[in-house]
Amino acid sequence: MSQKVFAPWDDPNEKPLIQFKGVTKRFGDFTAIDDLSLDIYAQEFFALLGPSGCGKTTMMRMLAGFENPTSGTILLSGQDIAPVPPNKRAVNMMFQSYALFPHLSVWDNIAFGLRRGNGSKQEISERVEEMLRLTRLEKFAKRKPHQISGGQRQRVALARSLAKAPKLLLLDEPLGALDAKLRQDTQFELMDIQEKTGTTFVIVTHDQEEAMTVASRVAVMDEGRLIQVATPSVIYEAPESVYVADFIGDVNIIEGSASQSGDKVEISWAEGEMPIRGTTAKTFAPGQPCHFAIRPEKVTITTERPDSANVLQGKVIDIAYLGNLSTYHVKLPNGTMMKAQTANTRRLANRGITWEDDVWLSFTDTAGVLLER
Amino acid sequence: MKRFSWFNATSLTLGFAFLYLPMVILVIYSFNESKLVTVWAGFSTKWYGELLRNEEFLDAAWVTLKVAVFSSTLATILGTMAASVLVRSGRFMGRTLFSGMIYAPLVMPEVITGLSLLLLFIGIGLDRGVFTIVLAHTTFSMCYVSVVVSSRLTSFDRSLEEAALDLGCSPFEVFRLVTLPIIAPAVISGWLLAFTLSLDDLVIASFTTGPSATTLPIKIFSAVRLGVSPEINALSTIMISIVTVGVITASLITKRAAVAQQRDEQAAARAT
Repeated sequence: MSQKVFAPWDDPNEKPLIQFKGVTKRFGDFTAIDDLSLDIYAQEFFALLGPSGCGKTTMMRMLAGFENPTSGTILLSGQDIAPVPPNKRAVNMMFQSYALFPHLSVWDNIAFGLRRGNGSKQEISERVEEMLRLTRLEKFAKRKPHQISGGQRQRVALARSLAKAPKLLLLDEPLGALDAKLRQDTQFELMDIQEKTGTTFVIVTHDQEEAMTVASRVAVMDEGRLIQVATPSVIYEAPESVYVADFIGDVNIIEGSASQSGDKVEISWAEGEMPIRGTTAKTFAPGQPCHFAIRPEKVTITTERPDSANVLQGKVIDIAYLGNLSTYHVKLPNGTMMKAQTANTRRLANRGITWEDDVWLSFTDTAGVLLER
Repeated sequence: MKRFSWFNATSLTLGFAFLYLPMVILVIYSFNESKLVTVWAGFSTKWYGELLRNEEFLDAAWVTLKVAVFSSTLATILGTMAASVLVRSGRFMGRTLFSGMIYAPLVMPEVITGLSLLLLFIGIGLDRGVFTIVLAHTTFSMCYVSVVVSSRLTSFDRSLEEAALDLGCSPFEVFRLVTLPIIAPAVISGWLLAFTLSLDDLVIASFTTGPSATTLPIKIFSAVRLGVSPEINALSTIMISIVTVGVITASLITKRAAVAQQRDEQAAARAT
């Protein structure tokens, strides 16, 4: 494989498309964005992820021009965009409610932005046809928005916002109104369209799975600040804080105190239990309080005592059967609950672990992450 | 099916009788052969014919129509503008006061509105006639328009306007291409309301009119003081039928549009 990895954020020569520089946004007494700096590169699919009220929508509205920062600057291709009104920005937005014009047909909705420019009728019509093909809406061109389904409306909204070939496309919870199955299909469709058009996408979502699926990089936000900005795999496998580890996916967090020698750490976490063995690149002072985070799928559950770096005994309290996976809730002797997940590679009758069974949990010394906070 | 109840039937009959009996009597007597309003002398349509030959009534009808069209159009423009400002511009100093002041004429006694307008017109030396009635009717009917339009605007999805702005519209284009077409039904019903109000206003018109302009309500009122003639009954019947036809058409149009939209939405939902 000689394919070049797309990672402009690691290249010091690459110029970011968007730069937030010390941006703060206040609404009265409420600080929505707190001294935030962030670079987003051309052709990225960038996800802003966080609980509602974390400021992600405000970031997007500042990029679109509906809000201006209280202090700090936002640069688009090196230009400060604060004085540029929304109708003059090379930025288009796809709204959460889709905001399709109810009095116009699908065709006219897509042509709406193009007609505001100086393209000829011929050019506009060609561009609209192209967008209809891209989003597979040719058959619905003459329909009004209320005559098509939710998924089709979503595609019209996408086609309309892409029609003007913006430098940057903003997507505000674009799949929020779709049901689970349609959502998954649409996520892949979005990625496909993003790749085909080469447009930079910034997506706002509160759905971590969606962010992980579509994005090249994810920014986890909380209370107007960036908590961590990284690729989905780094966010998942190497979170920098308990907040991120807990927000993305399922995780077991064990609190304890560290004692380090080289990259090996032993975490004492409960009376009469063996310390947990882990590895870390960070340095912890002897006895420093720390959190050990381990994903349930990295914890192995067995009925016999296995040979592993970390072995814990417990009792099965609950089993969550998800079809492809089963999550076991195991109670350790000191009362701590641990989750272990296994893939159901065999059919139900052939598996040996059930409620109230005494089991062994085990994991290697590199399976978990050691966090300071 | 609900059970038949004597109580419901009685209250319904009484209520409708209370509302419509006077009008029914008026309509019946408009077809009276006799010149005496209170004595029935057989069926005839001759008073309708008389009416069409009565120049004074026709003139008054023409004046009324002109006043109604101009004042309701002006009131719709002003009322829509006021509603947009009130609903859209968020919080500004004195917003509550401003919106209160727009709605105040709704409860202001007509006599006072009429009198104050008369004083104003005299004060600035404006000759009273059709023009002054148009101004006066605009003044009191624009607040009705603004109430109707602003109730539509509050349920209007702001993101539609943001989307239009985002796609390159200037703020004026946003209003012309997106907001106005969507709130058009409210604007039209506001216009119809203002039109009807102007059509049947007597008090304000008589304060602000001059010798050159007599509207139909003024004409009828002064004619009645000399005794009710069957001609007036005929005229009133015509007005009742025009209003009835108008109201029924308007409600049928809105209902059909709603039904069609619902059917389309259901079809779209099934298609997925």
